[in-house]
This record gives sequence, C-alpha cells and structure tokens, in this order.
Amino acid sequence: MKADSLLYPTPKGLYCEKGGFYIDPVQPVERALITHGHADHARAGHQAVLATRQTLEIMAVRYGEAFCQTPQEAPLGKEMRIGDVTVHFHPAGHVLGSAQIAVEAEGMRIVVSGDYKRRRDPTCLSFEPVPCDVFITEATFGLPVFHHPDDAEEVGKLLTSLKQFPERAHLVGAYALGKAQRVIMLLREAGYDAPIFIHGALARLCDYYQREGIDLGPLEPATITGRDKSAFAGRVVIGPPSAFADKWARRFPEPMAVFASGWMLVRQRARQRGVELPMVISDHCDWAELTATIAELRPGEVWVTHGREEALVRWCELEGIAARPLHLVGYDDEGE
Amino acid sequence: MQAFAELLDRLVLTPQRNAKIRLMADYFRTAPDPDRGYALAAIAGTLDIATVKPALLRQLMLERMDPILFQYSYDYVGDLAETISLVWETVEPDEAEVADLSLGAVIHRLQSAGRGDVRGLVRDLLDRLDGSARYAFLKLVTGSMRIGVSARLVKQALADMGGVDASEIETLWHGLEPPYLSLFSWLEGHSERPALSMPAVFHAVMLATPVADGDLTNLDPQDYAAEWKWDGIRVQLANLDGTRRLYSRSGDDISAAFPDILEAVDFEGIIDGELLVGGTARTNRATRTFSDLQQRLNRKTVTRKTIEDYPAFVRGYDLLFSREGDMRPLPFSERRAALSGLIEAASPTHFDLSPLVSFSSWKEIDQLRIAPPDPVIEGIMLKRWDSPYQSGRAKGPWFKWKREPYNIDAVLMYAQRGHGKRSSYYSDFTFGVWTEVDGKQVLVPVGKAYFGFTDAELEILDRFVRNNTVERFGPVRSVRATADHGFVLEIAFEGINRSTRHKSGVAMRFPRIARLRADKLPRDADRLETLMAMIPAGTVEEMDGDLSS
Ligand SMILES: [Zn+2]
Repeated sequence: MKADSLLYPTPKGLYCEKGGFYIDPVQPVERALITHGHADHARAGHQAVLATRQTLEIMAVRYGEAFCQTPQEAPLGKEMRIGDVTVHFHPAGHVLGSAQIAVEAEGMRIVVSGDYKRRRDPTCLSFEPVPCDVFITEATFGLPVFHHPDDAEEVGKLLTSLKQFPERAHLVGAYALGKAQRVIMLLREAGYDAPIFIHGALARLCDYYQREGIDLGPLEPATITGRDKSAFAGRVVIGPPSAFADKWARRFPEPMAVFASGWMLVRQRARQRGVELPMVISDHCDWAELTATIAELRPGEVWVTHGREEALVRWCELEGIAARPLHLVGYDDEGE
Repeated sequence: MQAFAELLDRLVLTPQRNAKIRLMADYFRTAPDPDRGYALAAIAGTLDIATVKPALLRQLMLERMDPILFQYSYDYVGDLAETISLVWETVEPDEAEVADLSLGAVIHRLQSAGRGDVRGLVRDLLDRLDGSARYAFLKLVTGSMRIGVSARLVKQALADMGGVDASEIETLWHGLEPPYLSLFSWLEGHSERPALSMPAVFHAVMLATPVADGDLTNLDPQDYAAEWKWDGIRVQLANLDGTRRLYSRSGDDISAAFPDILEAVDFEGIIDGELLVGGTARTNRATRTFSDLQQRLNRKTVTRKTIEDYPAFVRGYDLLFSREGDMRPLPFSERRAALSGLIEAASPTHFDLSPLVSFSSWKEIDQLRIAPPDPVIEGIMLKRWDSPYQSGRAKGPWFKWKREPYNIDAVLMYAQRGHGKRSSYYSDFTFGVWTEVDGKQVLVPVGKAYFGFTDAELEILDRFVRNNTVERFGPVRSVRATADHGFVLEIAFEGINRSTRHKSGVAMRFPRIARLRADKLPRDADRLETLMAMIPAGTVEEMDGDLSS
C-alpha cells in the first residue's frame, strides 16, 4: 500500500485511517498513540491513549490520573493489532519512557520516531534502530551548524564555575521532563554529591524518576523560607527555563544564569536570553546524529517534521534518498 | 587554544565588570607562557598578525560543503566566523603527527606563514581545532574579536593577578610587547619590574575633569596654576635615545605627517603639548585656527608646500621625561620650570611655552575665561601646583573650564540615512556619553545631529558608519562604540534641559557637530554627569518631580 494513505497529516495531527488513530495529536481525539511525555506531544483530554507504561505514568503525574478515559500500556517491542494495522513501540532515547512507533499494513512499515537522540543518557533507554520503508524524523536541530559537544565537558564548565564563583548561586534552566534529571545525573556521574536544589515545578517528576530507580542523589526544594540566603552560594539550583525571568530568580545571592539546551550552541541565542554560562546539552539529535541515523536505516523515503525541514531534505536529496517535509503544526521544541 | 577559547566565550556572556576581571585574572594565573601573553594581546588589541579575508574563508568552506546547506546555516547563525566554526566537518589531517595547538604555537605559525601558505594553514588549523577553539581562531584571523572588554579592564585583571596597582601596568604598558613575558614574570614575583626598554613610547596622558557647579568653592586659588586651553590637538612628542615620535593623545603615531616638527627637535625628553599651526608666541605671529590645523591632520605624508602654507608647532604644557629621567612623580611646578628651560633653548619657530595666566580669585579667572585674549583659546586649564603627572582622569589635580560651556565630546552610536540629496549618505547621527549602570560604563544616547559638518567630513563619517556597523534596524545602523573603538564627535549646542522623554534624562537644544575628533578615543568622551551639571539651576523643582516618578 502507499505510504501516504497509511499515515497522513491532518490539522489534529498525524492520522492513520486504517487503524482509526492519531499519533501525538494536538487536539483531543478518540484514540491517540503517544511517543513521549513532553507537553507538545502528550496532551490531556483524549478518550483512549496507547503509550509506554512510563509515558502513561508521566502523563498522570503531569495532568492527574484522569488525563484520559482509557489508558493502555504498549510494552516495548510487542506487536499490537489496531483495526487493520499492526503497531509496535521501540525506545527513542529522548526522555524516560520515550518511544518510536512503527505502523505497518500490507507490507508497508512507517516508523514515527517522535523526538529522539543517539547519545548515551543515564536516565532512559537508548534509541533502537528499526528498519522501515518510511522514516519520519524530527529536525529540531536539523542544520549543519548543530554539533552537540560531549555532555561531560559541558557539565565540567558548571563545576569549574562553582569553584571560580563560590559566592554565586548557579541557577540552571532545564526543561522539567528529561533535561533536568539528565543534568542532575551528569553532575552525579562527575562526582558532584552535594544536595541539588530544585524548583517546585520539578519536584513531582524528579520523585517519579527516583521511583523508577534513577538515583538522582540528595535533592532539596529551592525555597528561601527558613533558610539563610547564603545557603545557596556556590550551589546548583535547577528550575524550568520559564522561572528565570521571574522574581523567583532574584531571591538568590548573585545568581549566575546557566541554561542547559542544544540552542546554547549558537552564541547569539545565549546572549539574547541573558545566559552567562551556556551548557550545550540536548535531548535531540544533532546534525551528525540525524544524518548518521538516516544513513544507517537507509529507508525508502524520509519524511521530515518539526524543526528545520529544508536542510535535512536537501541533505537527503544530495545523498539520493527520497525525502519531503511533513508540515505538521503544533509542535514547539524551542523550549528544549 | 582551548582555554583561551573558553575564556572568550565566557567574557562575551558575562555582564559584570568584576566577574570579567576574575575570569581574566584566573586565566592569566593558570595559562602558560607565551599563550597568556598572546591572549592578553588579542584582548587588548595589540596582537599583530596577518588577517584573512572573509572571502577566503567562504571559499575554504565551499570546498567541503554544499552551498545551499551553507546558506541555510549562515542565515540562521548570522555571523560568518561562527557559522564556519560550527559547520566545519573535520577530515583527518595529512600528517599523522600531533600538532601543537597551543595559542602560542598557532600565533607563531600565523606570523611566520608566507602569503601563499595562508590558505593551507587556515584549512589545516580548522581541521585540527575543535568547536569553540575553531571559533576563537577564526575571530583572531579575521581580526573581528569583539568581546566587550576594554584595555582598562584587562589591565585591572593583570593588576589583580599580581597584587599591584593598575596605574603601574598603565605606566609600563606601551613599552611592552606580546607575549609580555617580562610583565608576567614580574607579576608572579619571579623578577624585577620590567625596565622601560624603549622610553620613546607613548605614555598615557593626564586628563582634566570639567569644572562643575560648586567644584571650586572649597579650593584655594593659591594652590592652582592657570593656563589657556588651546584649540589644537593634544600631542606627546618624544625624543629619547635617538628615537623621535609624535603621538596623538590616544597614542596614534602621527610622526609621518609632521616631519617639520620632528626635524626641529633638538632636546631630549618627552613633552606634552598642543599641536597648532601658525606662528609661535616667540615669533610674534598669530596662532591659526583649528580648520587650518585640519589641513595637516589625517595624512600619511605631507608636501613641502603644505608645510610652508601650514607651519606646525608645539605649544608646551608639561614635561614627562627629561634627559635626567622620569619627571612624572615631581610636582607640576618643578616640571613646568624644567620645561620652560628646555623650550627656551629649542627652535623658536617650532616650540613655545603655554603661558600661565595670573589670577587671585575664582571670580577673576572666570571672567578671563569668558573673554580670552586670543580666538584660538577654548577655555582655561587649572592645575594644582603640587600635582604629579598621572595618566587618566582623576578629579581634583587638573580641571578644564571651557569658554563655550555648551560643548561636549560624545560618541557616535547610531546613524540613519539622510533625505534628499543626502539620501545616499548616513547623515543623521545619534551620539551618546558615558554613564554607569549596574557598575558598568555604558554609553547612553543624549541627542541627534544632522548638520554642522562639511561634505568632506560627511564622507568620513559615512565611511566610518559603513565599515563599523554592528547591527541594522531598518534604515538605522548601530556602529561600533566601545571604550577603545569608535568615533568621537565634538557637539556644540545652545542650551540643555532636564527631560523625562529621553532615557538619558537630558535634552539638548539645537545640537550640531562642531568637529570630528579622530584624535580622541571614546573613553575620553564626556560623561552624563557633566551634562547634568550644565543644566541651569532653577529647573530644580522639575528635577524633584522626575525623581519621584
Ligand atoms: Zn520531546
């Protein structure tokens, strides 16, 4: 069967008519398959949701137990029948619980990768390459400029700065799901064993990670009440990037603005946001990983979505791989 | 190279002055010689290496990369050096041996490369360096290092590193060269303070602060000497150990344009004075105006005819070094006496002494200031008899008191295209002065001027704007304006008032560009406090109103 009759974009999201489901829909639908727990992929209010156990649990943590009417767990690697199609989930290496979704019918297999990355992440399973006819890839960092450096070196910059500026609180902006926990784990791996202070918005997700056996070490709430301001001097405080524009940030002693994001590679981006210490740590593929993944899978065709589609499509053309942009709306990875 | 690159990345993003100083001082403490000396040179703008044109970098890039992918990347990043540093895909270098990638080694290779080798050398280094080191390298070779660190700040970092006073660094500075081995050795306590091996070098000049309301009230006129402030350009003339040099006040060597003066020097030492054209007081011929002096400025060479038509001379103010040695620690009275003797014996057509003005009260000197005896006088200088010669602008030892009060030096900040026949030029200029915000010295715009300049001056301004654009906003360009790089404009205006509509809090009445001051650095421009002090009393109530809003 033709690939674009198996899956095609609609205003609500990527739709599979034969199975009667949407993948990562941006509006409430009857049946949704969800790749991972980030807010732009996993929305509340669908009737039935099929996702990995961890993604379902993360959705419950974020939206409450009633985030949908019928949650259904998709065990990794297990083939499931929905209507006339078969689906199976495989790790995507993006955040805890994240999965690629393979959709198959009449000898045509499309893999929807969702967001993914290829490098090691101590907080989730690694990406598993799944051979396919059509590979739908993200392109958040789909420009040749993006070469994410080694994580350990980036965390090293933070550790150096803590020693160099021991009087300043180091406020690390990190996305609440995935990035924050990964930064904490990278700090622990680098031997940093002091308590790390976390913003209230991170507390429940960090607890969930701990329950899942990811040992984040000693965490304390970043509240001033009953504490001398100087308790934060030379310490790491992690919060969601949005908190940094707030009064919240100003309560700390001489705050140093640190931001953990792939965007921090481009100096102008860091400058615009007033970041003093950028840490280039991303949960997405960089250009080299995107192109290496496509080269490894050699799919018949590549569909490119959310991000900078045109550069990756151009690269595929130069490599003789059929490719086209898949214009999906509603995904925003600027907060990465 | 890596440590230097990380330092640059941090400095660019660090707003606080003290944090910048700490980052630099820590780097200087930990980096080895000669790397740290070259890093110092790169930051202070004293590094001399052949630069590479952007076109060459583009060519190297397109040898490797699809032009469309490159264009997408460049459009996104917006800076050529940064784009290339990010997109460059390394290939295994030809030679298997491990290359020395220290900053010192990289600079050495760049300095010793012949014209024809540059291309291969840049390609090879791009392949071997990674990430931010590649960026730092590209910024170095394109001569486009902009890190928001003034020479003064880096000297403060050196002072902190060695536990010495910044003025000591300032004194030594122009006598030292990259990679500054003797300087670091002294700062680390391994050797004596470096001797000034080349004394015929520029020494940062001593500057005066403007007289503001009430400044003189509690000072005794007996403690001060007064002399006229002449309307030429401030220069430093050196003749030591057979080396003769004429420097502008910002330290530019302008010797080539004034062979007449250099030939006439028959004394040894370094004097501070005003460069003027016309006749000296000793020949009883008139001093000519600034526009006559301009015929001699900004030239690489000068013809006999120009020298004859516009004879230049130096009117002596001060003596920094004599044949006997450093005069600067001595009081002004002693330096002045020595200068007087020296000029007496010098060529009467090329040197005279700035006369002292006798006075017994501030009121008397104020009256003399308003009605000076010569049109080429622009005000009065007041100098404490006991003041040593210190570089920089300390408040107290020297004051300047201008004849035309509504006259300031400002820094060009923005330019916009003109209208009508000027539409092909940037001819509307926004200028600013210095003020302190959160402990940092920043320029705040204080006015706009559209006239006052000649066509020839407009060409100079237009060229500066085009070559120094930092950002564009529609028809407006912001231009490079830091303490050490930028364009100083002398602005005359007819009045000044407090204003709530302007960010600076002041509004000038009919400002015009009185003069281009290529001889000055932005750091020498006036401060907002000086403008504030010009606001006539009687607007006090309005001021209170503003403060409460
Ligand atoms: Zn995501």
